[in-house]
Amino acid sequence: MGKAFSRPESLSQTMTHYCPGCTHGIVHRLVAETIDELGIAGRTVGIAPVGCAVLAYNYFNLDFQEAAHGRAPAMATGIKRVRPDLIVFTYQGDGDLASIGMGEIIHAANRGEKFTTIFINNAIYGMTGGQMAPTTMPGQRATTAPTGRDTDATGMPIRMANLLGELVTPAYVTRQAVLKPQQINKAKKAIKKAFEYQVEGRCFSFVEVVSTCPTNWGLTPLDSLKWAQDNLIPYYELGDYKTPDED
Amino acid sequence: MAFQHMIESERCKGCGLCVEFCPKKVLEITKIVNAKGHFPAYQARPEDCIHCTMCCIICPDVAIQIKEIKEETAD
Amino acid sequence: MAKVLMKGNEAIGEAAIRAGCKNYFAYPITPQSEVAEYLVKRLPEEGGVFVQGESEVAVGYMIFGAAGCGERVMTTSSSPGVSLMSEAISYIAAAQCPAVFVNIVRGGPGLGGILPSQGDYFQATKGGGHGDYRLLVMAPDGVQEAVEMTMKAFTLAEKYRNPVMILGDGLIGQMMEPCEFPDDLKTEATNKDDWATNGMDYRKSDKRNLVKSLFLDPTELNNNNLILKAKYDKMRKEEVRYEEYNTQTDYQVLIVSYGTMSRVCRTSIDLLKKDGIEVAMLRPQTLFPFPEEAIYNAATKENCKSVISIEMSMGQMVEDVERSVKGQREVEFYGECGGDIPSPEKIIEIIKGLL
Repeated sequence: MGKAFSRPESLSQTMTHYCPGCTHGIVHRLVAETIDELGIAGRTVGIAPVGCAVLAYNYFNLDFQEAAHGRAPAMATGIKRVRPDLIVFTYQGDGDLASIGMGEIIHAANRGEKFTTIFINNAIYGMTGGQMAPTTMPGQRATTAPTGRDTDATGMPIRMANLLGELVTPAYVTRQAVLKPQQINKAKKAIKKAFEYQVEGRCFSFVEVVSTCPTNWGLTPLDSLKWAQDNLIPYYELGDYKTPDED
Repeated sequence: MAFQHMIESERCKGCGLCVEFCPKKVLEITKIVNAKGHFPAYQARPEDCIHCTMCCIICPDVAIQIKEIKEETAD
Repeated sequence: MAKVLMKGNEAIGEAAIRAGCKNYFAYPITPQSEVAEYLVKRLPEEGGVFVQGESEVAVGYMIFGAAGCGERVMTTSSSPGVSLMSEAISYIAAAQCPAVFVNIVRGGPGLGGILPSQGDYFQATKGGGHGDYRLLVMAPDGVQEAVEMTMKAFTLAEKYRNPVMILGDGLIGQMMEPCEFPDDLKTEATNKDDWATNGMDYRKSDKRNLVKSLFLDPTELNNNNLILKAKYDKMRKEEVRYEEYNTQTDYQVLIVSYGTMSRVCRTSIDLLKKDGIEVAMLRPQTLFPFPEEAIYNAATKENCKSVISIEMSMGQMVEDVERSVKGQREVEFYGECGGDIPSPEKIIEIIKGLL
């Protein structure tokens, strides 16, 4: 009774720099497993953001490009347009995608660029040490919101999946989470579906993944999962916001 | 068919998530520090392990593997 | 090869296609939007890629992505747009990818105007973006040279794995002149399998490639900068191009001028010659690498009393001219940059003031 479990081949042996309990590592595995299962490693190009996941390029046995902050969707556009046979994905955090890179992601999605974006939403800037992000919750503390996010002064958190779900151009837009095994397995299915849409040349695909940042939340890895479940999931509702099959 | 559970103690950062999510409470954090200065998880009660892969799924460092091992003696 | 009467902007677009570049990403901006309007029709005929980006910032990174996976790629823009692309240009230089940028310069700073200018000399030659990088910069003085320089740019970008910039201006972009597209300027794309992210299957390799500019380790970053510097030193040795005009005479004044401005100076020189006054001109065709030695030699001829840099700006190239002359002669400057181009008569008046 029981089953085997091994590291996906597309995941490199390099030990990650991520903090203990940071869920980036889980999402890396889901992406790598998907690429192995679809047999596309030989023609996949990943694009790393600026942020904690910039070093993702060390953690995949794949061709990789490292983008300027927020510009990964534009680089992905460039690659996918000149080499439509390549499978292209961007892997971005919330500071990268929802703040400086907002223009790029919305227009890439709206043009219907046929690449896949994995969007890690952990409601904070990680690499730079815990500043407020567009996804930081009301009242949530950050180094640039020391008494908690004041939404009168900084507005409400941005829900990317909802936002992109409103665009008319066909796309697959979903929000998942990796806070417990059932969510992780569901997130895997969504990520695989996203890549399959790309392999079929069907549409732009976007997977937002509600994630944790123990270090900058000032919580243990376990408490981070609980805090995210109690505070992020109610606001960042999970589910598919757009699928090309609807249209 | 038998399985063999294995934690890469040098890769593990001792985040403790596997300890929490193991349905059989097999895992614990060791007192032996690894090269990176973390205290990795280990199988405290390996006999209780049912190889359900919950720990593998939740592990952020993909440090846990479960290998299928052929039975030597077909008893 | 039959000559065809073409607008500068369109000729630059056609030149890219003739040079074997089928990928164009751009954003509209006067005075060069015609390149996009031309290529949106022509590229599909060639099975090429045309994308209008949402901003010049995004376009800069579409160029980086496409160049990073080994394809020839070009964009054209004008001054404010090039400012927005400057960050991407720094990244592309740091990651050592070939790409061609065309700047049809307009008046600045700020929103400035839409008429021709040479006010982006510093941005192009001294680095508009951050860090120790340089651009190979070529400055055409008309449509034919714009065609030839654009075509050569792809070969040079690949030779140095570095972005190359064509520095034109609104006049060159908008005027029509007969031009031809020399086939011998087209080169086959170089093999990029050892660095481009063109897909492991595509290059039949199981070693992945990585295109990046992040070097957190100080030694690695320094090494990357040394690699870049070696390329720029090689450019200084091998790629300097300039034209001399009337230097075979005992000229009293040496004009240093490029692009559209140099054409006016050429007329002034001819008119002055009729009055028995010999003036010469050295016209840099490459702004980086700058023709320092040639300017020094021309300036220090015994008969030459002074040097003047004449630009459509408030004085930028003049600093490089001074650097080249090394104090051996007085270096003067004359410039206007609102968009009205100084007339030959005006230049004659300025020159006579120096005699």
